Amino acid sequence: MAIMSFIFVFFFFSSLQPILSLYEDQVGLMDWHQQYIGKVKQAVFHTHKTGRKRVVASTEQNIIATLDLRSGEIFWRHVLGPNDVVDGIDIALGKYVITLSSGGSILRAWNLPDGQMVWESSLHGPKHSKSLLLTTNLIIEKDNSLIVFSNGRLNAVSCIDGEVLWKKDFEEESLEVQQVIQPPGSDFIYVVGFAASSQFETYKINAKNGELLKHESTAFSGRFSGEVSLVSSETVAALDSTGSILLTISFHNGKISSQQTPVSNLLEDSLGLAVIIHSSVTGIFAIKTDAATIFIRVIGEGKLEVVEKTNHETVVSDALTISEGQQAFALVQHAGSNIHLTVKPAHDWDSNLLKESIKMDQQRGFVHKVFINNYIRTDRSHGFRALIVMEDHSLLLLQQGAIVWSREDGLASIIDVTTSELPVEKAGVSVAKVELNLFEWLKGHVLKLKGTLMLATPEDIAAIQYMRLKSSEKSKMTRDHNGFRKLLIALTRAGKLFALHTGDGRIVWSHLLQSLHKSESCRQPIGLNLHQWQVPHHHALDENPSVLVVGRCGPSSDALGVLSLVDSYTGKEFSSLRLVHSVAQVIPLPYTDSTEQRLHLLIDADKHAHLYPKTPEAIDIFQSEFSNVYWYSVDDDNGIIKGYALKTKCSGNVADEFCFDSRELWSIVLPSESEKIITTATRKLNEAVHTQAKLIADQDVMYKYISSNLLFVATVAPKASGEIGSVTPEESWLVVYLIDTVTGRVLHRMTHHGSQGPVQAVLSENWVVYHYFNLRAHRYEMSVIEIYDQSRADNKDVWKLVVGNHNLTSPVSSYSRAEVITKSQSYFFTHSLKAIAVTLTVKGITSKQLLIGTIGDQVLALDKRFLDPRRSVNPTQAEREEGIIPLTDSLPIIPQSYITHSLRVEGLQSIITVAAKLESTTLVFAHGLDLFFTHYAPSRTYDSLTEDFSYALLLITIVALVAAIFVTWILSQRKELQDRWR
Amino acid sequence: MAAVTPLLLLLLLSSAPSFSSESRNAYNINGRVKIPQGLGLGTKGYALPGRMSNVKVLLNGGQNITFLRPDGYFSFHNIPAGTHLIEVSAIGYFFSPVRVDVSARNPGKVQAALTENRKGLSELVLEPLREEQYYEIREPFSIMSLLKSPMGLMVGFMLAVAFLMPKLVENMDPEEMRRAQEEMRSQGVPSLSSLLPGGAMN
Repeated sequence: MAIMSFIFVFFFFSSLQPILSLYEDQVGLMDWHQQYIGKVKQAVFHTHKTGRKRVVASTEQNIIATLDLRSGEIFWRHVLGPNDVVDGIDIALGKYVITLSSGGSILRAWNLPDGQMVWESSLHGPKHSKSLLLTTNLIIEKDNSLIVFSNGRLNAVSCIDGEVLWKKDFEEESLEVQQVIQPPGSDFIYVVGFAASSQFETYKINAKNGELLKHESTAFSGRFSGEVSLVSSETVAALDSTGSILLTISFHNGKISSQQTPVSNLLEDSLGLAVIIHSSVTGIFAIKTDAATIFIRVIGEGKLEVVEKTNHETVVSDALTISEGQQAFALVQHAGSNIHLTVKPAHDWDSNLLKESIKMDQQRGFVHKVFINNYIRTDRSHGFRALIVMEDHSLLLLQQGAIVWSREDGLASIIDVTTSELPVEKAGVSVAKVELNLFEWLKGHVLKLKGTLMLATPEDIAAIQYMRLKSSEKSKMTRDHNGFRKLLIALTRAGKLFALHTGDGRIVWSHLLQSLHKSESCRQPIGLNLHQWQVPHHHALDENPSVLVVGRCGPSSDALGVLSLVDSYTGKEFSSLRLVHSVAQVIPLPYTDSTEQRLHLLIDADKHAHLYPKTPEAIDIFQSEFSNVYWYSVDDDNGIIKGYALKTKCSGNVADEFCFDSRELWSIVLPSESEKIITTATRKLNEAVHTQAKLIADQDVMYKYISSNLLFVATVAPKASGEIGSVTPEESWLVVYLIDTVTGRVLHRMTHHGSQGPVQAVLSENWVVYHYFNLRAHRYEMSVIEIYDQSRADNKDVWKLVVGNHNLTSPVSSYSRAEVITKSQSYFFTHSLKAIAVTLTVKGITSKQLLIGTIGDQVLALDKRFLDPRRSVNPTQAEREEGIIPLTDSLPIIPQSYITHSLRVEGLQSIITVAAKLESTTLVFAHGLDLFFTHYAPSRTYDSLTEDFSYALLLITIVALVAAIFVTWILSQRKELQDRWR
Repeated sequence: MAAVTPLLLLLLLSSAPSFSSESRNAYNINGRVKIPQGLGLGTKGYALPGRMSNVKVLLNGGQNITFLRPDGYFSFHNIPAGTHLIEVSAIGYFFSPVRVDVSARNPGKVQAALTENRKGLSELVLEPLREEQYYEIREPFSIMSLLKSPMGLMVGFMLAVAFLMPKLVENMDPEEMRRAQEEMRSQGVPSLSSLLPGGAMN
């Protein structure tokens, strides 16, 4: 019997097939993927042709995308390089999207339907200048042409193949070209600009061949400031640098005539700091000051008239030609929770073509940009649709007084992410979705069984797939046993906080933070990071968890800080603080008060420590741990790493008992002529380590050196801190350090000669893995360093353990001088890296895998066993049994272990791992422009049945077994009866 | 894992890509990415999203990014002399990074090598080393796989016990059988028949 059960168990385990990756029909079960484009900078509509209506947009994240005008979905999208900033976009010939980028030096044409690049041309010129793109209907040598002004050179480029037809240089040093104008129907081009900021220059150029027809200039007594606004095809308006004189300059037929109008004639008060808004509406231009937007009309020969002065936040669109000789433009104004969209004809300010009031979510902030497009209604009147870009970077299409669609493009620029648990399911609290009843449950499983037995019809398969994807289980708003359902809380660059459900990625709530809102006292607020402020679990279960948002008023590190506390369940900002000190570092302390609020130490630029929350209880807790608080700072520019401890209460300040002075404990000064800090890495604070001991092949034990105060620092030669290929291997090196941040002791130092950055590193348990470029081999390399505690190594003797003569129970402390040994090994790796992370499980028992964000924006899972310094070319039998893989010079890339499977997380920035409650599983969230979330089990889900486990098959087996028992029983009875009769 | 399919080259090279110098210290790198047509799409039962328009060519770890023209050609402009690394990112294909030396002394000289296998390239034509299959292939249904599953094994084992054991017992010598039964009874090991309610009668 025992043998039987053994055989059975053996069969059971041998039949488990190693499945690490996905089947194609499992896509979308555990993972979700969202695509964004970022904050739209410029948008061009394409609605003339029949077929899909589109809008082409360029964004601040250097993306070119076309969106479906009906739904806002992305048709295609291209992410340009980080330095390839888009200067202008347009549609040419009705089928090409033209983009000018990289400071006007790259002109590309993309096929509108599918996004295939058609041609690319590189434009150069004598000097840097403004870049202007102008599509014309000009036909030069049978080709439709584009006029591009960039880098001080005017180019005419063929639309068909991107060939430069002619070029004309404007080499004059002080000339700043402001506009390139082609009067409609003419075959010449005006290039207008300022020379030495006080001379107005016009060039009239033959559009057919680039020949200079006429050049005129007039001097102006003052100085011009900023932009010019085009009032008509032969008139521009400009503002002088004092903001007191408005100029209208007309250059009809190349003859310049200008009119100066003092602003005081038009307005009672002076303008102060004002800028002309660049717009293209005929006859009207706008000036924006701090308080107001002023619209001014040009009547006749240089006569000006103020038509409207608005004190609200007002945004104006470019002009849109709606019919022959008629232009319209849109204005968007805020009024309470509504926005007013007005479309006016350019020639008549007082009449409106359209006036709509739309209720707008307050959490979207102000309108930043508006683009309009028209369509012909069935009654032949003009209808208008407007695309608006909001303060939170979202994009909305308005039509007929309603929001047709909206895109949350703020999620394309996430700064920091944290997670929060969902509420516990309570009796009586109704859960959003009704549970499936037993019959449906069974039906589902019968369907599934049919699927496994290949008996399912195509409809059945579709039903199965739908059922799996739309399982109500995963998107519930309550906590689950496995800890898969959580809220991902993300802070975006626009200062908005989003909570995403891990089940399906939907936005649960979003909140535009008040503390990160632009105001008089805080002109340039930026969000820094997010921390878990309150994670109630024991005695404060009734409280909602909350997160702390840390920001500062300006880019420099000594700008004043701002704090916000936000409820994780509702998204309410219940506290918003403006600090009187700066924030250089935030240290979450491992102590919580009676309401489970975590104590945080904020270090300011002067190295004072400020304790939050500011309660007497917090200070009591903190006093008892006062001498155990250490921290460090890394100064990249000067190459100094310093360690600090707390000293006393702040001396200078007026009785601030939450402020503490610090003292410097140690410092490591790296020689600035040979080393420059490029990367640091530390262990995650919440990482659990299951065991300190590591059993190795020959019944030996090694003790991992596990310290939460380990810091990895990588430095390179200052010369080699640039791009790849800029140095020779001889003058480039990479030095890595492992430093204990309490004592400042360098535990390990290693030099890689002939290597350079960028370095991506991850530190976990007792090892660090880092990625860098090897110049000699001209390949990327990954290295691993493992660090072991030698002082415990002599605990192997069993007798010592029995007698009690061992030091295993002594605490690991940074005070004791540990004897450590390190092991290290390097391997080649094919790809460049964008991010690296390691899987994180709740108890740390499951073996680890590295999650590697490759240059192709995919996330690759790589078993840590491939980065084991004990790998050798010919491992012994014992080592093989332990799981040591024979050494190879490069790390394998197995396509099935891409956890993003066939998706790309465009613009990948970081990979975040969160432990689920189930030990085998880690939750992975990768973000960049796109968001991707999945569950990942590094050693397979050994502690739960897989999703495709067939309950129906189990049921059938049990029934079959019971039937077999009865059959054999009957048979045996019959046989016995026969035996007795015999 | 999908077998590495031999690559077919349908297009022949017409012009040699080159490094042309634009100005004193800036050069252009021109090259071509060739993805064999007819593979990938449709042959595996699903379409690989590796369309030409989604292919990116990256220089020096993403410092410059460029895209392919319909014929597969790409170019980087204004590149300083030195050694560079070109990577191709295409979903569904594995490309080796390419080391490219742009020489300042003799412009136009081509020096390119695949870093994965150190193979030199006479022209900058990049081809995928292999296709990448991101999904496990589901095995088609077969009786064997059903039998191999834990449930199948369980049923199979039970059947074997139920039908083969009596056969074994039958072939035994009745004397031996009785002795074995005696032994078993004395050891208190219950037989199958005694376990069942009907078996208790004897």
